[in-house]
Amino acid sequence: MAYIGNTDDDRSIMLKAMGLEQMDDLFGDIPGDKRYPGLDLPSARSELELLRETDELGRRNGSNGAVKSFVGAGAYDHFIPSVVPFLSGRGEYATAYTPYQAEASQGTVQTIFEYQSMMADLLGMDVVNASHYDGATAVAEAAIMAVRCTRDRDSVVLSGTLHPEYLEVAATYLRPQGIAMNIVGRPAGSGESGPDLETLEQQIDESTACVIVQNPDFLGRLHDLRGFAERVHARGALLVLHVDPIATALLSSPGAMGADIVTGEGQSLGIPLSFGGPYLGLFAARKKLVRKMPGRLAGQTVDAEGNRGFVLTLNTREQHIRREKATSNICTNQGLMALRAAIYLASMGPEGLKEVANLSYQKAHYAAALLDKLDGCSVNLGDETTFFKEFVLHVPIAAETLVTRCRAMGVVPGLPLSRYYPGRPQELLVAVTETSSRADIEELASVVLEVIQSAKSEVKA
Amino acid sequence: MSTNQSAANHRFGDTIPPLLYEISRSGRRAVRLPESDVPSTRLPAELLRDDHDELRLPEVSEQDVVRHFTRLSHANMAIDTTFYPLGSCTMKYNPKVNEAVASHSGFASHHPLATTDDSQGSLAVMYRLQHMLAEIAGFSQVSLQPAAGAQGELTGILMIRAYHESRGDTRRRKILVPDSAHGTNPATVTMAGYEAVEIPSDAEGNVDLGALREACGDDVAGLMITNPNTAGLFERNIEAVVDAVHGCGGLVYGDGANFNAILGIVRPGDLGIDVMHFNLHKTFSTPHGGGGPGAGPVGANETLADFLPGPIVGMSQPSPDASDDGSDDSRYEFVSPAQSIGRLRSFHGNFGMLLRAYAYILLHGADGLRAISENAVINANYLRHLTRDVFPAKFDRTCMHEFVSVGSRYEGVSTMDIAKRLLDYGYHAPTVYFPLIVKDALMVEPTESENRETLELFAEALALVAREAGNDPDLLHEAPLTTPRRRLDEVAAVRNLVLRYEPV
Amino acid sequence: MTFDANVRYQDSHEWARKDGDLVVVGISDYAQDSLGDVVYVELPETGTSKAKTEAFGVVESVKAASDVYMPVSGEIVEVNGELEENPATVNESPFEAGWLVKIKPSDPAEIDGLMDAAAYEEFTKGLDD
Repeated sequence: MAYIGNTDDDRSIMLKAMGLEQMDDLFGDIPGDKRYPGLDLPSARSELELLRETDELGRRNGSNGAVKSFVGAGAYDHFIPSVVPFLSGRGEYATAYTPYQAEASQGTVQTIFEYQSMMADLLGMDVVNASHYDGATAVAEAAIMAVRCTRDRDSVVLSGTLHPEYLEVAATYLRPQGIAMNIVGRPAGSGESGPDLETLEQQIDESTACVIVQNPDFLGRLHDLRGFAERVHARGALLVLHVDPIATALLSSPGAMGADIVTGEGQSLGIPLSFGGPYLGLFAARKKLVRKMPGRLAGQTVDAEGNRGFVLTLNTREQHIRREKATSNICTNQGLMALRAAIYLASMGPEGLKEVANLSYQKAHYAAALLDKLDGCSVNLGDETTFFKEFVLHVPIAAETLVTRCRAMGVVPGLPLSRYYPGRPQELLVAVTETSSRADIEELASVVLEVIQSAKSEVKA
Repeated sequence: MSTNQSAANHRFGDTIPPLLYEISRSGRRAVRLPESDVPSTRLPAELLRDDHDELRLPEVSEQDVVRHFTRLSHANMAIDTTFYPLGSCTMKYNPKVNEAVASHSGFASHHPLATTDDSQGSLAVMYRLQHMLAEIAGFSQVSLQPAAGAQGELTGILMIRAYHESRGDTRRRKILVPDSAHGTNPATVTMAGYEAVEIPSDAEGNVDLGALREACGDDVAGLMITNPNTAGLFERNIEAVVDAVHGCGGLVYGDGANFNAILGIVRPGDLGIDVMHFNLHKTFSTPHGGGGPGAGPVGANETLADFLPGPIVGMSQPSPDASDDGSDDSRYEFVSPAQSIGRLRSFHGNFGMLLRAYAYILLHGADGLRAISENAVINANYLRHLTRDVFPAKFDRTCMHEFVSVGSRYEGVSTMDIAKRLLDYGYHAPTVYFPLIVKDALMVEPTESENRETLELFAEALALVAREAGNDPDLLHEAPLTTPRRRLDEVAAVRNLVLRYEPV
Repeated sequence: MTFDANVRYQDSHEWARKDGDLVVVGISDYAQDSLGDVVYVELPETGTSKAKTEAFGVVESVKAASDVYMPVSGEIVEVNGELEENPATVNESPFEAGWLVKIKPSDPAEIDGLMDAAAYEEFTKGLDD
């Protein structure tokens, strides 16, 4: 057996040493009639066979270079520098565990500390953890934390332009804890743009622990958040901002906007799309709230000789000590993903990250300008004036049909909004990042045009 | 405080570099991006960072980044470098072919919202993994959505809750949790809006059956049980335990943390467990990653399958010649279980981890899986046997994949001292102070990937440490002496909280 | 180990001492010793009323978080604000400077039902096995 250390001889020697005769002697506690069920599984593959089969499966996915995709909606095709997979693949990181023995785990703990530091700087916040599974669960845990932070308040106001799947996850987490969700202005109908900040503010009452806003929102639009935190605080609630870490390189930081808790999806920071996971939930808070925060935290300290080192700290918030009174049941840190994000941020630096953000912005706007000009197409920003790297495009035919036909020509032009809002059949959510060249964008526009024109001529015929 | 930044203390083998911020110099950078090739659009100035909000990140070259993280990696113990008998964590070897499969661009670059037609490869992997896990554990359906073991636990308890509520039974507010359970169990119960009720263990390390039966009533929604339990022992009375809970109308959640001991040996579903999570990073060799990401698929029997979180993968067009060799032309698509508790995370689960687990199961087949558990169990028992004089197991009976000793049996030396001294001998320490039912516990899990010589050497190291504990307790108080950092002050870390780099 | 004879104890290791109309409350020397270095103390807001044996705060070391329970019923009228800055005072002076809260008891006789130092010392001996 390739991954088992012992030989038959080893096992005989060990059994003999223990005074046992056969392997089955080790399993006497297991009910005899249930022992050795015999599993109906595929036969064992060699490494060579496995690679051949999985290569065939990988090729069945239509994500090879021949197809250009403009789908985003919470997961984005940003460039990943070669150092990210090169370094994060090291076995010293990948095959270590939670740094329970800090002296034997400084690689992991210092990395988490550096991740916390860089992410805190990016978000303009004091404290960051590295524990959450993805943006959706980070939002849900932020809502729970806000309820913990505000005495006697047990409901949350959520903007309807949060990612629809995040709202679903929040419902799964909050409902059993008796936390009421007030989802305001879900943009379910054609052309709807969701709530403005004033509407959200007016929903705050004395039971509201926090308001949760996504910026850029699910439809890609940017909101002017200046002064909003003050108005939320004046009503006794906390502000939770969910942000795109790439956009944050250029935009006012959530900390500067007065957010109390910040969440985000970290996938854009050097983590592959990988059909939806593993990703990285960004989670940050003001220092005064740190004891209510879930998840592992690395802190600086000194060793017995006075040298700087790092340990997991504030552990008494957590499940392994506080058990049923813990801030969350979360057990892991998202170590390997935080490592990727740390390598990514260090490799990009402030200028590189701003360039990624700027390129994404410029290219998305170029794409929007081209598509907006097409017959029957229009970019719909609702009440807002601008967007970041993603926008809603109204199209003259069913968006599903448009996608299918464009796909046949090697382009996936975006995500039909009907996937989440059945009442919006003729809208497409289009995402563009720095990985698209001008030629890619112009091809997108020409393919969409061609499909629309041929659809029109079908109608005429 | 020193950060080792002078020539005088620059040494070969010093694995701890300064922080990236400390070597940052304005103008250095690692990555160059292409110039913009599209017409320029103005950014709205009022939304941008101002001078008080400037973006600060380290500015370093690519070589700086590579040296930093390479050197720092050497400051970690890891499965790839040393024996790592961290109990309850199943630190087994992670086959490298898993990584090759997961980095295949057809999978790694595939968008979660790609069309169903474009996702048939990924969907086939998920569909087959659902079936394989269901078969291995004896369940009727599996959802791959939960992102980690703890989330799998939450999933299971929410399913139990949804089941009772679907029957209009809302009196049940309690979940029974043995006192040997992982902390995640009671924390999960709270998150699910239920009340955790602790059940004591008996003298043999099993659930105290009498106390359990007494606690069972019409206010009990269910039981969370880890089997083998955290003391590494198989619950001898498991069928009676399950019957007691079912008898009062409750359901039984199986915590799959210790599933590595029973692959092909016994199926939790056959023992009456209603719902269970799998830790793919433990049992199925996906990398632990310094703490994550994991993956925590959940399996359920007929009673609970409809409540699984969605989406799961179904087969919409079975191929007439469907086979298990990856060449069938069936069509797969996402479906939602009829009474699903909803979504636990965005998209479809930690697909990259699912793919690695799929590869690992295919590498083994049924016989290989059974061999994993047999070897995990014989290794744990052999190590328990070798250390019986210096650190005897708390419960003197055949263990499963791990065993628990008492680390404080030498006067003036704590379990933590023993753990720290083992680091000096080049081994990662066992889990300490857990489970809580054994005071000063030392919990050892060797896994199947270690060979006999490794176990014998480790037992020798434990004997040496025991001798030192008797002769020279101060040496152990000082330990570790040879690690990149000496013993770190956890009290100072909390009293003077520094959670991010601040420029001096 | 000190078992201050001037205070009364309950089995969750809090002590209580009459101070005029009030009852001063802290944790015992035995409790601080088993907990180890105290790094954080969470105390209630003044003005809250709680019943005997109800939890009123948390005392934390790096490895444990212990709820602390009311030895008598009443209203919390004062908390030891010093402990926010210097939680180690609980270790250094558990019976004096390390007190936690002052309670205005709803039943002044309740304190007499608690253990005296000798009984508490005997009780702790039984715990060390």
